[in-house]
Amino acid sequence: MSADLSADPISDGRIARRFASLKAEGRAGLITFITAGDPDAATGQALLDGLPAAGADLIELGMPFTDPMADGPAIQASSLRALAGGMSVRRTLELVRGFRTKDADTPIILMGYYNPIDSYGVDRFLADAKAAGVDGLIVVDLPPEEDDELCIPALKAGVSFVRLTTPTTDDQRLPAVLTNNSGFIYYVSIAGITGTASAANTAVDAAVARLKRHTALPVAVGFGIKTPAQAAEVARVADAAVVGSAIVTRLADGLDAGGKVRPGTVEDVLGFVRELAGGVRGARG
Amino acid sequence: MTIPNSYRSGPDERGHFGVYGGRFVAETLMPLILDVEKAYREARADPAFEGEMRQQLKQYVGRPNPLYYAERLTQHLGGAKIYFKREELNHTGAHKINNCIGQILLARRMGKTRIIAETGAGQHGVATATVCALYDMPCVIYMGETDIARQAPNVFRMKLLGAEVRAVTSGAKTLKDAMNEALRDWVTNVADTFYIIGTAAGPHPYPTIVRDFQSIIGDEVRSQMQELEGRLPDSLIACVGGGSNAIGLFHPFLDEPTVKMVGVEAAGRGIDKGPLDHAASINGGRPGVLHGNRTYLLQDEDGQILEGHSISAGLDYPGVGPEHSWLHDSGRVEYSAATDAEALEAFQLCARTEGIIPALESAHGLAEVIKRAPTLPKDHLMVLCLSGRGDKDIFSVAQHLGVSL
Ligand SMILES: Cc1ncc(COP(=O)(O)O)c(C=O)c1O
Repeated sequence: MSADLSADPISDGRIARRFASLKAEGRAGLITFITAGDPDAATGQALLDGLPAAGADLIELGMPFTDPMADGPAIQASSLRALAGGMSVRRTLELVRGFRTKDADTPIILMGYYNPIDSYGVDRFLADAKAAGVDGLIVVDLPPEEDDELCIPALKAGVSFVRLTTPTTDDQRLPAVLTNNSGFIYYVSIAGITGTASAANTAVDAAVARLKRHTALPVAVGFGIKTPAQAAEVARVADAAVVGSAIVTRLADGLDAGGKVRPGTVEDVLGFVRELAGGVRGARG
Repeated sequence: MTIPNSYRSGPDERGHFGVYGGRFVAETLMPLILDVEKAYREARADPAFEGEMRQQLKQYVGRPNPLYYAERLTQHLGGAKIYFKREELNHTGAHKINNCIGQILLARRMGKTRIIAETGAGQHGVATATVCALYDMPCVIYMGETDIARQAPNVFRMKLLGAEVRAVTSGAKTLKDAMNEALRDWVTNVADTFYIIGTAAGPHPYPTIVRDFQSIIGDEVRSQMQELEGRLPDSLIACVGGGSNAIGLFHPFLDEPTVKMVGVEAAGRGIDKGPLDHAASINGGRPGVLHGNRTYLLQDEDGQILEGHSISAGLDYPGVGPEHSWLHDSGRVEYSAATDAEALEAFQLCARTEGIIPALESAHGLAEVIKRAPTLPKDHLMVLCLSGRGDKDIFSVAQHLGVSL
């Protein structure tokens, strides 16, 4: 088996501290995904700011992109709403800066596609993201084969680069995927796009066990988790459960015909996050 | 910039043409893309693969198609001697089938049992549906809703051929969205599905695979011109959507310094009209990363992809194959553009002077011929890739000319 139980190259950051405290509490974490500025900046800020109190242990903040090739209809629509609301890379970083004035500890991982970052300029992006309080990046269309683009510069800048591993990542490929991975490893439990099917529990158990043999990093599992019960199932075996499309869909349900947020929507979404957190926290109890 | 000693040696082992190309895909697809690369390398080394492909191109597609001296057009323009490479005479009416024959043989070799493809004008969709019928494989074609409306005949053709045409309603509902949707299908069905990409774009090794399968265009031109005129052509002209017919024509000649090459992008309503009025990624865009490769793209200042516009559904893609981006930067190939109006004009001129109704895509190349030929001497040998026939376009052309059918 793998000799290199690779430790986190960025071991002193918020992500490592948060997983250490989750471990001390003896429970898994809840990672929530929302798209930055969906459907407008003010709502995006209110949601983001409310997530920790609702029970999010780590936050994935989606950077909207016109062509989210790995995402299903819910997150596609959410991206387009955010873009229509004027969201951009710069404004996404502003949301993070706003969040950091209220919360110094909850890790924020930006998730998105490479072109907006490339367009912003990698060095400038990393400097601005770090200064805004971003802890890590998940960039869907940057496999290890393209590490020179962003992964290596990010690690140098002290920003974690979190990789996706999938059911198609075989043993031969896994070491390459784990190299330069930092923060945690994100296991995509299905071969597919976000917001569609969910994986069988047995398959997730085996996959997490396999990853644990290869890495000392925490393992988060996502794609297809829609309910508190499903989140609890995953939280039994993984270090964190990621929920995205279900939260984004809850938000979409709270919009009126013109795409504006109805009163009470932010509270409703945060209420749903609270239910998910309840599931995750009770999983090993 | 250092001048490479060959323009034909790319890409490198990571799929880069200079700074362009690469493999910008989700991890789920990465192992599969590595498999495709390996299978392709093995196939090219296998004489049986080459043999079956040659056989099908001859017996089924009807190759070689002629290199035809367009005498009346030549006289009309009064300059360069104009030849048409008659890709429109291929079975299914365009160059797209050259690539589809190659890719479906590769899919079979890899043991894949289901085919998906994206299509804009529908030519690639028809070609893919055709080879799937020929080899009895289930086939799903993704096509933007907007394109379905303006290419109705091809939609019906695909259905007749047994393909399932799935309407794509995301984004602007055109080619780029169809490609997104095909990629989403592929990620979901990695085990049994092969994605036949229709142009020389996408993640490595696709730009190379498509170029190699389309290079039969240039290879034939080379030997046909030798036979007809006893020498190399002086200039080559082709329209550029993703760039497959152009790279197929150009590639065999890249290391011939006397051969000038021009790729013609779609200028739509005019490149200077604004970023949403054209589909000229090289002339009116800047480099970025989309659909698996780094290349010139139509994008806004935030790196969001813009919807191109062209009268031709096969050209309004916001990117271009990475090898073209490199050939542009290195100066080896010139990239110009033709507007909707120029293409429409060329379309009609070709019909009247040569009795050939060209595809609107090819008419963009022809518009460039119309601009250049009169300025050149009569012994200048100019080759236009007549990439497809225009039957599919008559409804939209009629509409633009204010004729109701
Ligand atoms: C006849 C014809 N020519 C050209 C194109 C443009 O594609 P490419 O640039 O890959 O040759 C298309 C695309 O649909 C087409 O149908």
